[in-house]
Amino acid sequence: MSTAVESTKEIAAVPSFTVTLFVRRFNPETDSEPKWQDFDVQVFGTDRVLDALHKIKWEQDGTLTFRRSCAHGVCGSDAMRINGRNRLACKTLIKDLDITQPIYVEPIKGLTVEKDLVVDMNPFYQAYKDVKPFLIASDKPEKERLQSPEDRARFDETTKCILCAACTSSCPVFWTDNQYFGPAAIVNAHRFIFDSRDEAAEVRLDILNDKEGVWRCRTTFNCTEACPRGIEVTKAIAEVKQAILRGKR
Amino acid sequence: MAVIIEQPDAPRSRKGAQWEKRAWIFMRISGVFLIFLIIGHLLVNLVLPERGVKAIDFAFVAGKWASPFWQVYDGLILWLALIHGTNGMRTLVNDYTERVWLRKALNTTLWVTAGLLILLGTLVITTFDPCIDPNVHTYLPDLVCKG
Ligand code: HEM
Ligand code: SF4
Ligand code: FES
Repeated sequence: MSTAVESTKEIAAVPSFTVTLFVRRFNPETDSEPKWQDFDVQVFGTDRVLDALHKIKWEQDGTLTFRRSCAHGVCGSDAMRINGRNRLACKTLIKDLDITQPIYVEPIKGLTVEKDLVVDMNPFYQAYKDVKPFLIASDKPEKERLQSPEDRARFDETTKCILCAACTSSCPVFWTDNQYFGPAAIVNAHRFIFDSRDEAAEVRLDILNDKEGVWRCRTTFNCTEACPRGIEVTKAIAEVKQAILRGKR
Repeated sequence: MAVIIEQPDAPRSRKGAQWEKRAWIFMRISGVFLIFLIIGHLLVNLVLPERGVKAIDFAFVAGKWASPFWQVYDGLILWLALIHGTNGMRTLVNDYTERVWLRKALNTTLWVTAGLLILLGTLVITTFDPCIDPNVHTYLPDLVCKG
């Protein structure tokens, strides 16, 4: 009996530990420069970086500002730079990081910081809009448009994008050249370029055959590494380059 | 009621829109050529001659450029490497400069410099005259010098 009670206790006891988070803070009303602020947080082995940020906001400093919505890796709100790598705070378990060192949390790069971890996403969305991320077909949408499983599989990867901007804001070309469409816009163009039901592949290829289009990509693979959805972003970009060279999808 | 989505803009064919694509293709094709050209260049100039780099002197160059093969070979390296390198530098300038005037100034400097170097190099390769060395016939016995 007693052993059973002990073992349930053991299971129930989720280990807790203290971590230090250095968060990049910026208040546009008072600061001229962003600065680091450190917080000690008591967390459990099951906690994610997002939970630690919540604890800071709810228990230590209510002014800490960041975006999050679903908290489960679906909405794409909470991409941030964690220990120098772009990740979703809600998908990054603290125990998977090196907790003997402080954890550094910064806003994603290449977009203007509005406050703390919140950046202006408008240039990112504008690039997305510019590739016409919607089905373009000449027939009226009166009945189902059928598609073979093979044709569907052709662009399956790129349907998974949640527009978190982790890829685009990990791209060194985007950091220095905000005019560049960026990986996410190309991924979402890929989603329609290779969709057999869509009729405007040439239009999108033409848009991306731009001075600031796919040719700016230098194949650094940062985007593939950053994508929380596991999309092979660099490969998708290469496929769009190939399609432009062919002149069709 | 069916929603009708208008067909958006037809392809926008802007002036010069193909340039970035051509530059991208050129970087890859010239890269492949340069691999072989440069390996051959290093072999012939540095590895195969018995005295290595010390073998390179006026006679060595005169001997090579007496053959149209090496004139074309060296001309190819000159043109491809300079255009490839300059276009690569243009990419870097576009990466790092934000101010339009600075970007223009740096890129203009790059292409003017490359143009001058290509011009000078091509002139040397095509108009090189081994006869300016009085002892030329010791290493190029078949050479006919005017005057
Ligand atoms: C040995 C054979 C060579 C190969 C295979 C090669 C290949 C390439 C390729 C494919 C790129 C484009 C990279 C990209 O857009 O992502 C590139 C860029 C570049 N190349 Fe070469 N190249 C060679 C030789 C050279 C030489 C001789 C020079 C200098 C004269 C040079 C200077 C550059 C520069 C400055 C860049 C731009 C760097 C960048 O985009 O980050 N390359 N090279
Ligand atoms: S491709 Fe991946 S990293 Fe880029 S926006 Fe979409 S989900 Fe985020
Ligand atoms: S909060 Fe929605 S993806 Fe992280």
